[in-house]
Amino acid sequence: MDAIVKKRIKQVIKGDQDAFGEIVEIYKNSIYQLCFRMLGNRHEAEDMAQEAFIRAYVNIKSFNQDLKFSTWLFRIATNLCIDRMRKKKPDYYLDAEVAGAEGLTMYSQIPSNTPLPESELESLQLQEAVQKEILKLPDKYRTAIVLKYMEELSLNEISEILDLPLGTVKTRIHRGREALRQQLRYV
Amino acid sequence: MCPEQIIELMHEYLDDEITPEQEVVLREHLQSCKECESLFNELKKTVAFVKSISTMQAPDNFTANVLSRLPKEKRSVWMQRWMKNHPLLAAASLFFILMMGSLFSTWNQDKDFSVSKQKNLVVRNNTVIVPKGETVIGDVIVRNGNLDIEGEVQGDVTVINGEKYLASAGHVTGQIDEVNEVFDWIWYHIKKTTQDVLQIFGDQPETK
Repeated sequence: MDAIVKKRIKQVIKGDQDAFGEIVEIYKNSIYQLCFRMLGNRHEAEDMAQEAFIRAYVNIKSFNQDLKFSTWLFRIATNLCIDRMRKKKPDYYLDAEVAGAEGLTMYSQIPSNTPLPESELESLQLQEAVQKEILKLPDKYRTAIVLKYMEELSLNEISEILDLPLGTVKTRIHRGREALRQQLRYV
Repeated sequence: MCPEQIIELMHEYLDDEITPEQEVVLREHLQSCKECESLFNELKKTVAFVKSISTMQAPDNFTANVLSRLPKEKRSVWMQRWMKNHPLLAAASLFFILMMGSLFSTWNQDKDFSVSKQKNLVVRNNTVIVPKGETVIGDVIVRNGNLDIEGEVQGDVTVINGEKYLASAGHVTGQIDEVNEVFDWIWYHIKKTTQDVLQIFGDQPETK
């Protein structure tokens, strides 16, 4: 796959947008997931994920082709999300939490048509619980945990993406894991 | 309270960075310490939970939305793709462009004065004169010069990039053509080519 990506990148550098479309197809799920886990909101996540791809396209000439493209792309997306988290304004989205109602989102204000089967409901609740705890983590730990467990990247890759020494990445993952453990131990 | 270095080993284990010797130390401690064992199990459960939610799909139309937000594609790439998709049209238009190009260039290059060779034509300062009382036989073509007809021309007259004067006594038996603009020039070429082609086809039955 790396060979295909390399070839497509050469085409993109020549300005071929169809080739870029193929690159987007390959990475869209992981980049979208990264943004969603970091920001916790589908609209923002889609917006940031799109922005990440657009920045990659615009700056493709500055990409060093000897390196891994995914690392570079993840770095763009991660930085965008961190920036976004820092200057987050109180926007209103459907899946934003309703103030004063713990765990309730605007979606729950809309009556659902089909009742969910119990098992699905349970796993959905678990997913929501885990997502909520991830969102509670401080930026530094959240980024490391998401890259490690959502994107299943190696510690070396994470250290390249975040431009941090391996030891720092390890510490952040350890602390993030410990914080999550304390929150999720009774689930 | 669990010893710090054992917790460190748990994290090394979860990061897949533990050495076999360290793992033995960890295992031995876990067997003897219930507190550490439950902590280790909680950590493993946490990791499993986090991993369990790691399948997300981008929304529909994601790629299309990204592509629609990109800055405009370079023209050259667009042309390349267009040519790949329409090879025949591309070949035809290329041929057309080349033909036009050659016509333009001949128009621009032919700045020299020239005139068809007929013995009784008189040339004076870029003006070709058919003298009074004389009869020129054959087609007269003048390039980049004027033509002054005072006598008689038995044939067609063509003036390219110039003017012709026909005196009251002058007379031309064939057609008179004046070509001054590029488009006239192209039209003239097309007519000439068609005539030549028709002549080739017209000649064939005679040669048989």
